[in-house]
Amino acid sequence: MTATHPHSAIDAVWRIESARIIAGLTRIVRDVGLAEELAQDALVAALQQWPDSGMPDNPGAWLMATAKHRAIDMFRRNKRLERKHEELGRELQAQQEMAVPDFDAALDDDIGDDLLRLVFISCHPVLSTEARVALTLRLLGGLTTEEIARAFLVPEPTVAQRIVRAKRTLAEARVPFEVPRGPDLATRLSSVLEVIYLIFNEGYSATAGEDWMRPALCEDALRLGRILAELVPNDPEVHGFVALMEIQASRSGARIGPSGEPILLLDQDRARWDQLLIHRGLAALQHAEELGGAHGPYALQAAIAACHARARAAAETDWHRIAALYDALGQLMPSPIVELNRAVAFAMAFGPAAGLELIDTLASEPSLKAYHLLPSVRGDFLFKLGRFAEAQAEFERAASLTRNARERELLLDRARACAGGPPQPGLQ
Amino acid sequence: MRFMMLVKSAENKGAPPKELMDAMAKLAEGANKAGTMITSGGLAPTAMSTRVRVSRGQLTTTDGPFTEAKEVVGGFAVFELKSKEEALEATTRFMELHKKHWPGWEGETEIRQIFGPEDFPPKA
Repeated sequence: MTATHPHSAIDAVWRIESARIIAGLTRIVRDVGLAEELAQDALVAALQQWPDSGMPDNPGAWLMATAKHRAIDMFRRNKRLERKHEELGRELQAQQEMAVPDFDAALDDDIGDDLLRLVFISCHPVLSTEARVALTLRLLGGLTTEEIARAFLVPEPTVAQRIVRAKRTLAEARVPFEVPRGPDLATRLSSVLEVIYLIFNEGYSATAGEDWMRPALCEDALRLGRILAELVPNDPEVHGFVALMEIQASRSGARIGPSGEPILLLDQDRARWDQLLIHRGLAALQHAEELGGAHGPYALQAAIAACHARARAAAETDWHRIAALYDALGQLMPSPIVELNRAVAFAMAFGPAAGLELIDTLASEPSLKAYHLLPSVRGDFLFKLGRFAEAQAEFERAASLTRNARERELLLDRARACAGGPPQPGLQ
Repeated sequence: MRFMMLVKSAENKGAPPKELMDAMAKLAEGANKAGTMITSGGLAPTAMSTRVRVSRGQLTTTDGPFTEAKEVVGGFAVFELKSKEEALEATTRFMELHKKHWPGWEGETEIRQIFGPEDFPPKA
């Protein structure tokens, strides 16, 4: 007797195996789109056969073998076609390429390298960011087009089209299925991290819609990051990156209040932080340090997150260290957003006036003009300095700028609190 | 979704064959690489364990071994997965290895979902 619906069981196998199968096939057929089609064909065959025949002992191997046979059939068909063409006296194209490759040898090789090649091709700079995200979730995360569409709140045909176009772009640009070497590697790797972090952040702080978080996307990104850390084990920044996601994800359960409203870091109930993820995050950060230092932008952000994770109460936070880490981050990756965070750290370490001084240098920053966190943070400093009327105006401006409904409510609450004047002692 | 797998079998059946240990290590490595297994561990024999029990308003403490128990938990793993089916698939693979490499061994792995934050919304 089967305990679960056979289709769900097949879905589970697909989720576990699909990336490896697609990666192995891509190396053979040299076309990621074709590889995915072959893998999908094998999945369809499984859906037709397994409910009657039962699940094979090694379902992953079954899927791979089936896809492999389809690939061989296809190559033979192409060869036959080619021969016909030859008979017709047409020009024979690239006979070498059309020869049936040695599938068994190719498939028995270490799959890890193929998986890494698949990561790099999915995040290739020839693709738009949106296409990279969709392709990465689809090929490496094993998500369906429908799941990706739901996660990003876009219509399913949009995602489907993005994926189709991405595959075509890769084929037309003849993007090689390889791990970049030399100076290329670092650039390409940071493009991969960027894509995964984008997925994580879309889950962690949904930029649009009613929900403040979409945890499933965080889990997908975290899983992709962990896979990457295993594939590129000696890169400190990759471990720092995973550390950052693990520690941020550890707060998921504490970031949302009873009616779905966001709870800011310092107000969170730390008992709700996931200690298992914190432990994993701190270990990953330590690993990055052991590998030659956590000096990259993600590792520095992870070190900042770790300061919060280590503090058992908000009041125990080492703000001086956080301010120093933001100094380093600002040097490495100068950006108005980092400056804004540095201002927050300075305010905590040295008082709201110090924070206000820093943030006021950002007032004319064009890239922050529509960014709700600038007035929101400034409002907070002003509030702490007792300048309530100015604070209220800032919170209201912040509320008008955010696209997230939950966050808007929170900001309007803060604006209303300013109207009441200074907070009563004991009521905070 | 997070799941805990609890592996139960009779105690004192001797050390598992090397082939099984190797195969399990390989499987665990794969699960680690896939980013799905977030922790795991093996438990010391019940001879080294202690039970603290409340019964009829009384606390009693009993040192192991617990010979009356037919099967005891010997190891665990925690996985982060999309569905119960994935947990079942991962567990099946683990148990297949036992079937293959340790003839005569009997035991079971229990799959328990771990409640997440979504199962305990914060109190208003």
